[in-house]
Amino acid sequence: MATHSPATPVTSTAAPNWRSVQGIDAFLIVALIAVIAVCVRAIWYTPVDAMLGAAQKIFYIHVPAAIGGLYIACPLLAVSSLGYLWIKDERLDRLAEASAEVGLLFMGMVLVTGPIWARTSWGTWWVWEARITSTVFLWLMVLGYLVLRGAVETAETRARLSAVMGGLAVLLVPFVHLTVRLFRGMHPGPVVLKPEAPSLPAEMLTTFLWANVAFLLLFFALLRIRFRWAGLRNAVTALETA
Amino acid sequence: MTAPQVSASRAPAFVADAWRVARKDLLIEFRTRSAFLAATVFAVLAVAIFRFTWDPTAIPAMDLAPGVLWVIFTFSGLLGLNRSFSLELAERAYDGLLASQVSRESIFVGKVFANFVFVSAIQALAIPAVALFFGLEIGGAWGVLIGIVLLAALGLSAVGTLFAAIAANTRLAELLLPMMTLPFFVPLVIPAAQASSVVLRGLPLSSAMEWFKLLLAFDLMFVSACIVVFPFTIEE
Repeated sequence: MATHSPATPVTSTAAPNWRSVQGIDAFLIVALIAVIAVCVRAIWYTPVDAMLGAAQKIFYIHVPAAIGGLYIACPLLAVSSLGYLWIKDERLDRLAEASAEVGLLFMGMVLVTGPIWARTSWGTWWVWEARITSTVFLWLMVLGYLVLRGAVETAETRARLSAVMGGLAVLLVPFVHLTVRLFRGMHPGPVVLKPEAPSLPAEMLTTFLWANVAFLLLFFALLRIRFRWAGLRNAVTALETA
Repeated sequence: MTAPQVSASRAPAFVADAWRVARKDLLIEFRTRSAFLAATVFAVLAVAIFRFTWDPTAIPAMDLAPGVLWVIFTFSGLLGLNRSFSLELAERAYDGLLASQVSRESIFVGKVFANFVFVSAIQALAIPAVALFFGLEIGGAWGVLIGIVLLAALGLSAVGTLFAAIAANTRLAELLLPMMTLPFFVPLVIPAAQASSVVLRGLPLSSAMEWFKLLLAFDLMFVSACIVVFPFTIEE
């Protein structure tokens, strides 16, 4: 509403708090520096793979993005959705929203970096392989989830309806995975997390592990920003409709 | 009334209520025939158009027919699902339904059953149309094919009805429903298409067993899950 009295400012302009100086988020800065540092290390200070060539380096982005987007964001979305249906806490709804948004971004990174690598190694941009297909469907489902959120007017209804979809999505993932697995895959098997010792040379392994740390930092920095932003947006909406 | 009598009389009441809701929806559809007509015309048009998008000398009809059949199934099903709750919104009929003594679960089961009948009826017309235009010899495969249709129709109706209830609360109902439901139909359409391909080729049924199990598991899981979460789609 345009008629806010100047006597009741929503935010104070006094003493900037140490975590965000003039809107710059310190956590995000640290995460971005870490990601850039890992990219520099991966490109210039990590040996080129003898068989796969320079294209192998894409894995320092591809795998950490998959871990963030598929193995952290999606379970977070599911758990916070189910939690919301149970205890109806508005923070869980914001967590679900933030993890869907950041998850969509990270899965997008997986789906962009994958074909670039596939072109050089498998000779084709796109393969309908089990894990790739599952990721695409998951990406589309999260997209549908976010479109649903955008199409509901009131905050309570939006939270409730999107939580129903987020909760059902948990059940869907194993079915999609089973379905597409019945078409046999050609995805490379585990390289690091397998029963024997990791089969990467020490230098590459170090880069890979640092890449995971950097991208996890980025993931949680973005998650935190979106979580807070959703809170501010809801506060603004509440003020406008009051 | 004592407690055991209440619980004994509740199960039939649940079924009777669900049947009343289903009967109401089917009666409206039977009298207006709007969605059914649209869906069947769509199905026949789609079969005819698909027939002209490929070179019959290059791709055998048998390779294409199951896919065409299940794509039509999915999209014509969506036409009916959209109507399931949009017809309740006119004159706020839904509020009346919710205010009645019928439990939320009965409303949902009734709606699912009505959609199940709708989707199966369209498929009953679409399969002969595909068989006719694609020159398929269905022969002895009818029984199994009907079984696949019923299994897939149940899963599609359960998930589709739930999402139709969600979409009815939004601004973009007709556009949103396919976006939300299609990823959920993946584990229905792929197994159904694969299983019908096996059946139509006359291969032994054992080679389609995995797909049947998947369809059955999907139905069990999603019918019960959707019944549980449906009450959350309703504004208290």
